[in-house]
Amino acid sequence: MIADVSTMAALWWAVILSGLYHGVNPGMGWPLAVSAALMEGKPRALPKALGLLALGHFLAMLAILLPFSMMLILVAWQVEIRVAAGLLVIAMGIYLVINRRHPRILARVHPARLALWSFLAANAHGAGLMLVPLFLGLCAVDADAGHQAAGDLMRGNIPTAFLVASVHTAAMTAAGGVIAVIIYFWLGLRFLSKTWFNLDLVWALSLIIVGAFGIYSALQHSS
Amino acid sequence: MNLRPDPTFHASAKLAMQAPVETYGFTVMLSPDGSQSDGIAVIDLDPSSKTYGEIVHQVIVPYKGDEFHHFGWNACSSSLSPLTGHAFLERRYLIVPGIRSSRIYVIDVKDPLKAKIHKTIEPEEIFAKTGYSRPHTIHCGPEGIYVSTLGGGGPDGTDGPPGIFIMDCETFDIIGQYEMDRGEQDKHYDFWWNLPQDYMVSSEWGLPPQFENGIVAEDLLSNKYGHKIHFWDLRARKNVQTIDLGENHQMALEIRPAHDPTKSYGFCGVVVDTTNLQGAIFTWWRGDDGKWQAKKTITIDPVPADADDLPELLKGFGAVPPLVTDIDLSLDDKYLYVACWGLGEMHQYDVSDPMNPVLAGKVELGGIVAHHKHPNGKDFAYGPQMVEVSRDGKRVYWTNSLYSTWDDQFYPNDKGGQMVMARNEGGNFALDQDFYVDFPEGYRAHQIRLEGGDCSTDSFCYPNV
Repeated sequence: MIADVSTMAALWWAVILSGLYHGVNPGMGWPLAVSAALMEGKPRALPKALGLLALGHFLAMLAILLPFSMMLILVAWQVEIRVAAGLLVIAMGIYLVINRRHPRILARVHPARLALWSFLAANAHGAGLMLVPLFLGLCAVDADAGHQAAGDLMRGNIPTAFLVASVHTAAMTAAGGVIAVIIYFWLGLRFLSKTWFNLDLVWALSLIIVGAFGIYSALQHSS
Repeated sequence: MNLRPDPTFHASAKLAMQAPVETYGFTVMLSPDGSQSDGIAVIDLDPSSKTYGEIVHQVIVPYKGDEFHHFGWNACSSSLSPLTGHAFLERRYLIVPGIRSSRIYVIDVKDPLKAKIHKTIEPEEIFAKTGYSRPHTIHCGPEGIYVSTLGGGGPDGTDGPPGIFIMDCETFDIIGQYEMDRGEQDKHYDFWWNLPQDYMVSSEWGLPPQFENGIVAEDLLSNKYGHKIHFWDLRARKNVQTIDLGENHQMALEIRPAHDPTKSYGFCGVVVDTTNLQGAIFTWWRGDDGKWQAKKTITIDPVPADADDLPELLKGFGAVPPLVTDIDLSLDDKYLYVACWGLGEMHQYDVSDPMNPVLAGKVELGGIVAHHKHPNGKDFAYGPQMVEVSRDGKRVYWTNSLYSTWDDQFYPNDKGGQMVMARNEGGNFALDQDFYVDFPEGYRAHQIRLEGGDCSTDSFCYPNV
């Protein structure tokens, strides 16, 4: 049980860290919050934009996590599901390593539709997938706590999906928000481009690492 | 791909103005009769250099008869768009179209002194993938590189309307037509936009048979050249409103939106008003009801002249029309430079109040009748034409050729190409006596691009603060 508690804590920390990581990535939208506040000439446009970006990101996480929480009813196949999910995440990472092009669909979104943009940007970059191995790990630890019926499991997993998406999105919004606020109120636009790093490769490698971790922990769990 | 944004990308126009000044310029070298290959001249603009004001390198292309005219960068400050994030592109390649051949060259200018052709896109590919011909203006934006064209399909470019096509900003592959709903747009010339406000404005010159073999006087006098400007929902790729400036306002060419994206106005130059030979500038803006409007805010009068001093084309009019052929707006949205190619004048208007421009300065050089000499005592062929303003607004460069066949009609006795520079400092707008680039024998000069961006290149995604 003690091992489970520490595993659980580690996984929750990973959920938070992944949120901070997504948040500082300009590709997840914090520059839009700066731009919205400057374009409208009102500081209050900044939290509004952050809220819309958070909504889009949250929905993108749920769109990925909920199908997996449903699948976990198949308790007997849990290890296989976790391995398959890990492979999927690795595949997305490899795809992003090979295809370093930016998704053109984002260029068609109207600048005012921030939630839609955020939803599409998160999906296009596989942001939701990055959470899947963590989420499945949390569900597995939960399931170990007792031998539950499928119905109970599902009732347990869906709230976990919401909780993971919420915690992750909150961390993301906090990280992106802090950068946006510092740039908007103190540093100014000159620092906007200075804070941008090309994270494309690091991002893709993160997916591969998280996917590999998912497979490793699934197999370890089963042995 | 860079790991950090290219240092020549600026979040706002104000930051671009504060950036280091240009040390190189790139100018079109045009062989008007196609006897030599066209090229791009690399000009040293660093005053501390021994070769300041000289052509220090030439990229001469392998084909002849391309007719270079306008060109642009593969990437600009629009790459810092928070929505489309191509922040790690390099501003490294010039996209140079031939408006007669429909061929496009991508020239690598990473080291300006060793600039070379990186890729050539053959006309057949452009015809097949876009249905357009005669590529012209280049801007980089949300979906890649946007290229306006002057012709549709078919040998004379009249099979279908001209429009804009998109190129991939990394591979330079032709993606296809931009327009999904072009409305009544059937001619094309320039275009530019406001990225955060998501609108685009485009203008009209004429169809290829109306310009390729010279200006068609009957078409001009019967008002058959373009006289409309079109407003587009940029990302929906839809023409949402067309404003007819009046059919007498022939050839609505350059579109210059305010650089600060919080502003919803800009300017358009009209070459000639056929009722009185005036040149004109229209200010266009978005009203409170969201509808676009346009109003003539500058007129420039023709100057009476003796028929004996005039070319065949103008003898019947007894006057020199100003011929407003190019305009350029400084990055602080304060000065609009207006080339009066017929008169031989470059006007500087203070457009701080865009509805009430005030003439702030004027330089006289060349001209159909006036033939003003440069302060260094040399002649200047034709008149001031393609104008480019340095990012800091202190140096205004221009060349003299309009278009091969048109130069010969309006200035039958002139030849050659020059690039000059005027300084705008301390409220004084005057030619720099020492800057005078004479182009090699047989070449004319057209559009200028400045290293690191200039006033008709970069689109900014954040306001001036």
